[in-house]
Amino acid sequence: MRKSRTLNLGTGSFVLLGFAALFFLTTQTTSRGLAIFGPANYEVIAKFDNIGDLKVGARASMSGVEVGRVARIEYDLNEYKAVVTLRLAEKYDKIPTDSDASIYTQGLLGGKFVGITAGGADTYLKDKSEIQFTQSAFVLENLIGQMLATFTKSKADAMNPAPDPKATEKSK
Amino acid sequence: MFRELWETFIEALEDLGAVVHFLFRLVGNSPRVLLRYDLISQQVFNSGALSLVIIMLSGLFVGMVLGLQGFQLLQRFGSEESLGTAATIGLVKELGPVVTALLFAGRAGTALASELGLMRATDQISAMEMMAVDPIQRVVVPRFLGGVIAMPLLAAIFSVIGIYGAQLVGVQIMGVDAGSFWSQMRGAVSLKDVYEGIAKSFAFGVACSLIAVHQGYYAEPTAEGVGRATTRTVVTSAVVILFLDYLVTAAFL
Amino acid sequence: MGPSGTGKTTLLRLITGQVHPDEGFIQVAGENMLALSRAQLYVLRRRMGMLFQNGALLTDLSVFENVAFPLREHTDLTERLIRQLVLTKLQAVGLRGAALLMPAELSGGMARRVALARAIVMDPEILIYDEPFVGLDPISLGVILRLIRRLNDTLGITSIVVSHDVQEISTVADQVYLIAGGKVVAGGTPQELRTNPSEIVKQFIGGLSDGPVPFHFPAPDYYEELLSRSEDL
Repeated sequence: MRKSRTLNLGTGSFVLLGFAALFFLTTQTTSRGLAIFGPANYEVIAKFDNIGDLKVGARASMSGVEVGRVARIEYDLNEYKAVVTLRLAEKYDKIPTDSDASIYTQGLLGGKFVGITAGGADTYLKDKSEIQFTQSAFVLENLIGQMLATFTKSKADAMNPAPDPKATEKSK
Repeated sequence: MFRELWETFIEALEDLGAVVHFLFRLVGNSPRVLLRYDLISQQVFNSGALSLVIIMLSGLFVGMVLGLQGFQLLQRFGSEESLGTAATIGLVKELGPVVTALLFAGRAGTALASELGLMRATDQISAMEMMAVDPIQRVVVPRFLGGVIAMPLLAAIFSVIGIYGAQLVGVQIMGVDAGSFWSQMRGAVSLKDVYEGIAKSFAFGVACSLIAVHQGYYAEPTAEGVGRATTRTVVTSAVVILFLDYLVTAAFL
Repeated sequence: MGPSGTGKTTLLRLITGQVHPDEGFIQVAGENMLALSRAQLYVLRRRMGMLFQNGALLTDLSVFENVAFPLREHTDLTERLIRQLVLTKLQAVGLRGAALLMPAELSGGMARRVALARAIVMDPEILIYDEPFVGLDPISLGVILRLIRRLNDTLGITSIVVSHDVQEISTVADQVYLIAGGKVVAGGTPQELRTNPSEIVKQFIGGLSDGPVPFHFPAPDYYEELLSRSEDL
């Protein structure tokens, strides 16, 4: 029977060690895991015309300070807009309901993140509320396209000026 | 010539069917065996606790190498602070489960196969049958379950020690900032990565234990037969591990 | 008994239900072996005890635990009762003092005696011995031989012994059956077998090197092969 005591001790220690390792991996190496012990979160949504290459997990910040993360990105077929769900830390519970959310680029060519600028209302965002004022991402191609379009039009105007109304009347 | 190929193929198919049939038999007998926790804990000890030394040593060295290689590579892009992320993801998703499984096949898998093969060769299995004790329940399923339980735990221990090994090299020796090491890691590693690693090691555990137990139980009852069984255990396990690795990785994408 | 490879072990495995015959009928202790389910077969096997050639003790258990194994697996007896039963059976085979040894520490003869104690611990009705004398020195052989006879008489059971040892087994057997070529070629008391006129019986009992079981493995003509000019066989 002595044998079974050391055996049980050995097995127990091993299993304990194993579960401690699993616990460590799931909580100490991930940010989501810390949230299990950390503060609770609440979710708000914001709808954008264009989110660019905003990814799930991107930062949501106010004044440059991280207040949450992008939890989900979906598409609304009724309004034809991208629906971004932001998971905000519960301690930031005084964000006015008229705040706006814009998609910015980190640095010059970095990843996208969501910046929230506070509004002035007295009511605050709660779980499942929606940020009404949004500004889509800056998409480089659109800007270039716009520029090209304007540029081509002005050039075309210079080449073929519109007929002078006074001139046509005179020829009649 | 084609005839031979065809016959080999058919034979392989039969073997595969036999193994799957065996798996169902083991799983079917598992509920009753789970009540015999004395048998199972003995096997968890044999497959798990006794493998701890090699797993921990290997984890440490692999982690240290990851730290070195990772640092050198990241240095070219100026992102040394991401060493924590690189090492953790590499370990948790790939190196931890795979290397642990390969080591397990070599140490615990061969032990399982040779134990069962020896029991077969010395008539112990027949003796049990004659004493009206089902050898599958008494001897095979506990070993199978012991391996399945031990593998994910071993893989987790490997990964944790590996992360510390990487930290040892990266922070203490190469000068990466300790704070960045951990905070970058926390920011970039998600629970999904950890789950993927756990799923992999569980799949590997089932595969390796099944192969080892099957080879041992059906080994030819001679000295050469047992030797062949242990060799085949390692080789088959290695191939299956690497194949499953791909499957699980793709499934989690 | 019978020459090597004639099916003695197969016969044992048929009797114990480890294999099924292609045709025919097997009845053990009044039960039709072929009609039993796995569970019923297990119940029947508890009434049988089998001694394997090399003992087949479980190597990770002590002598005591080996003999106690069937009791622990099949009964709910208390530890005290198990202890008494095990010690009694070990005493019957003369190994009560070896109760704490491990199988690896036993000699061949001792291992077989422990296996015998284990085979009788559930008080079976039939005892089967598969070549119990192989590799034993004369003393151990004599011990096992006497145990087989004594157990048979004191426990009032049926014993089936598969063996080559014509002389030894003839001293304790009630009935002997000679199996050759997969058939029973002779049967009767040891005395009757000694006077049996059949060629195969005479060769076996007398230990003759040539007879119905030939000395030479089939080969082409001797002189032709020796004198042929070729270099290969």
